Amino acid sequence: MAELAVRCAGVNLRNPFLLASGVWGESGESLAGAWSAGAGGVITKSIGSVPRPGYPNPTIEAYERWGLLNAMGLPNPGIDEYPREIEIARRAGATVIGSIFAGDPEEFARLAVRMAATGVVALELNLSCPHAEGFGTEVGGTPENVEKVVRAVTKAVTIPVIAKITPNTGDAAGLALAAQRGGASAVSAINTLRALAIDVHLRRPVLSHGLGGLSGPAIKPVGLACVWQIFEKVTIPVIGVGGIASAQDALEYVMAGARALEVGTQVTFDGIGVFGRLATDLSRLLDELGFARLEDAVGVAHRASSVPPE
Amino acid sequence: MRTVVAVTERVAETPSTVTLRFPYPTAAVPGQFVMLWVPGDDELPMSLSYTDGPSKGVTVKAMGGTSRRVQSIRPGDRVGIRGPYGNHFDLSPKRVLIVSGGSGAAALAPAAGRSIAAGSSVTVALGATRAPELLFKERFRAMGAHVEVATDDGSEGAKGFVTAVADRLLQSESFDAVWTCGPEVMMKKVIAAAAPRSVPVFCSLERHMKCALGMCDACAIGPYHVCVDGPVFPAPRLENLSDFGTFHRDSSGRRVPL
Repeated sequence: MAELAVRCAGVNLRNPFLLASGVWGESGESLAGAWSAGAGGVITKSIGSVPRPGYPNPTIEAYERWGLLNAMGLPNPGIDEYPREIEIARRAGATVIGSIFAGDPEEFARLAVRMAATGVVALELNLSCPHAEGFGTEVGGTPENVEKVVRAVTKAVTIPVIAKITPNTGDAAGLALAAQRGGASAVSAINTLRALAIDVHLRRPVLSHGLGGLSGPAIKPVGLACVWQIFEKVTIPVIGVGGIASAQDALEYVMAGARALEVGTQVTFDGIGVFGRLATDLSRLLDELGFARLEDAVGVAHRASSVPPE
Repeated sequence: MRTVVAVTERVAETPSTVTLRFPYPTAAVPGQFVMLWVPGDDELPMSLSYTDGPSKGVTVKAMGGTSRRVQSIRPGDRVGIRGPYGNHFDLSPKRVLIVSGGSGAAALAPAAGRSIAAGSSVTVALGATRAPELLFKERFRAMGAHVEVATDDGSEGAKGFVTAVADRLLQSESFDAVWTCGPEVMMKKVIAAAAPRSVPVFCSLERHMKCALGMCDACAIGPYHVCVDGPVFPAPRLENLSDFGTFHRDSSGRRVPL
């Protein structure tokens, strides 16, 4: 069986499939559950400086198996209470990456120090939530801001820092390059695509917040293009996210340049067992295609000469 | 994925509970819930209190702001419905004891109805704060269930907790299963009462919910998500969960003492 273990952003992962931030992740037992289901690592819900209830419902609209529209509004228990949840996941042996969001570089740095103190192996900075006023894309929407935030955080902590990038500005590669300049150990791309649903009978948006973010298989081609362009611009590892539902999806991201992957929405459609299935299927697919190790496939699609002869 | 429907009927069941009926032909099984959207306000998980036929129903207790506004809905008002979601009661046991606290009867009444229609015998221990709050007492009796009552103030039936009535019934009669819904502290006592008699207990849980799809983690309890692993849980799954009967989670995900 092909080797799935990879080293990404200075972190050893038993396989490339990370639980994406925002899915499960609110409770330690859920993080532990994703780990025991076979995830290569788990990323916490994005945690802020204070508890945040998120938006009223409806916060979600599901489209059969092709997409999920959400505007949860960054609900989270806050950094004072959340370490107990991380502790539960760590006691279960999970590789935990702590996701944080804040309104400016200084708050990011303060929060990063506290998150790092919980024992997480790396931080992921949420610079890309498309539906929270004052956070996410509103902070991480320009290369200048991304660089400032990442620099403030990397100065404040010693663990690896991953910047999660938005696709909504049209220049994910420029944002990724800014993250690299700021000292990021990796970038993850993409967060959700800004999106909307309207109820025609009620003549109003479905989600209480109006605009939300689309995830799931519908956005996979967009995510692939972003990872592709980012890979050509940066030297740090890229973590691919967006609509991964099968081993083939995963390998497309890897060949576009991803060293690790995040899976979220598919948990909704398939349950947490998706992690075990993806790992088994990807290993088999790599075997079929003649790759001994996942690492050997990273970015190969950028080199046309790598196509094996028939 | 939501269906917008006009409410057809509103029934004040007790001083604090209201039933809303609406057309929703999708098949449902007793124990399942729907997400009820009050446009412009919020969307809440609601056990179906009427599961049979094309007209479904929910029975809402006045708790927070949104549940009060749900109660103010009148026939003709439109709401959004999605679901039904979650698992359901196993209706195969032939002798069933139902233990209901407060508005828990909403989830239990349709289970009793189908069970009796299929030939089972059902005994109901029905608890409430006071006599007028005894939810679905006449509905259970009309189905053919044997109903015993407890009220906190003694205004009807036994004075005190319904768990005492349940304990007495478990001592004097034989049951194949216990179905319970109500405050978690009450359900914990029901589990304890049934344990020495080896009667399996199934609890219907109510937790804060957002997505109802097993994604957002709002309804996480131990390793489970109430929306997809529940809302009905066999007692052995709950007994060792430190949160059961002690903590719930608020909308930020903080653990808050019950």
